[in-house]
Amino acid sequence: MRAYKAKGDVQAKPYYTDRYWVAPQVAKFDVESDEVFAKDLEVIKSKFDVLEAFIQVEQMTVFIKPEDNYRVLELLKNELEYTQLSEMSAIDFLETRDGFEVFYQMLSMNKRKRVRIKMFIKNGVAVNSVEKLFRSADWSEREMFDMFGIEANDHPFMKRILMPYDWQGYPLLKSYPLQGDEFASWYEVDKIFGKEAREEIGPEIRDTATIDRYDSERFARLGHEVPKGTKITGNEPKVTQSYQEDGGVFLIKKLDRDNSKVIDDPQR
Amino acid sequence: MAQHKINYTQNGGLPVALTSMDKVVNWGRSNSLWAMTYGLACCGIEMMAAGASRYDFDRFGTIFRASPRQSDVMIVAGTLTKKHSEFIKRLYDQMTEPRWVISMGSCANTGGMFNTYATVQGVDRIIPVDLYLPGCAPRPETLQYGVMLLQKKIRANKASRAQKPKRLM
Repeated sequence: MRAYKAKGDVQAKPYYTDRYWVAPQVAKFDVESDEVFAKDLEVIKSKFDVLEAFIQVEQMTVFIKPEDNYRVLELLKNELEYTQLSEMSAIDFLETRDGFEVFYQMLSMNKRKRVRIKMFIKNGVAVNSVEKLFRSADWSEREMFDMFGIEANDHPFMKRILMPYDWQGYPLLKSYPLQGDEFASWYEVDKIFGKEAREEIGPEIRDTATIDRYDSERFARLGHEVPKGTKITGNEPKVTQSYQEDGGVFLIKKLDRDNSKVIDDPQR
Repeated sequence: MAQHKINYTQNGGLPVALTSMDKVVNWGRSNSLWAMTYGLACCGIEMMAAGASRYDFDRFGTIFRASPRQSDVMIVAGTLTKKHSEFIKRLYDQMTEPRWVISMGSCANTGGMFNTYATVQGVDRIIPVDLYLPGCAPRPETLQYGVMLLQKKIRANKASRAQKPKRLM
């Protein structure tokens, strides 16, 4: 007899999966194919360990050891004319390799080239700050700490930059839920009113498709609004909203369309 | 010597209008709704447009103030982040009674498209809201209409009633 398979979710599964499908990769080229990069790599290799180097999309990527990062960037800045640190951050590889890849994107205005310095660090390990070399690393390293929890040694002000100082959790980790964890969902209530207010204010409504037709405060049914706190039976008469009372308002003239001049030409 | 002679024989003899105290007070309140400049995101641009010459809030007596202590209505125009939530509460508390709040646009109403960890899902979780304006972003006409509805709401209340401080809780 054939083995039983549950067929309840058969429709939900993809109809066809390609067994031989391979995720596309950006083509990697040998560093020797570009003479400027080849020379630069020679200089780096003569002083530091290079784990891997290749060219991708006309940019050289060099993997180095994490303890060398300050001196490699110093070399790039002072001798190889890569004078700008245009971007730096980290990539979460906790799931597969229990660590992060930290990258430094360098730009040379003289050579018109970009180099990416990468290094792999284990989870919980701090990196050396490059803030003394590049002022732009100041906020980038704070952002890296804010989003991934990677600290930078010798940084002058190692605090969160985007999230509040008393925030818990690191939002750019792949394990962090997009709609926030328990702490995030109650953050403003806990901070302003205290934890005991949670019950009164209630949880966040995160389902964007929620429509309660009797929720008059959220204008779900136009014309059937009632004041806050009113018991809603469902048989409310339709009310047409107008901006003025029928009898007119004290000291205020009501607009009379017949007496007013309508300008037809928008360019006038 | 008056430059213009007043004709006391017009309007039944005297330049006097008789009405109730409520109406006078409410007329004053509803026609000098000073709004607090609270542009948080792109809705703020529409709020500024409503205040500028084409839509001209000044003719409603709505003048934008940069201080909560001088303003009557807080127009929350834009996305409220969790980091900013304590400040909106503080600014609301600094406004003098009576005070009103207009929540302008989807983000301020419900969090809008920012269904994320960093956005407050509706300002009514922090401060009590009088009027919700739908739209992303609402046009300046919508904001004008909203202010006129708020004026109507103010007129509907008795001015002499005890002013209960508005609290969310």
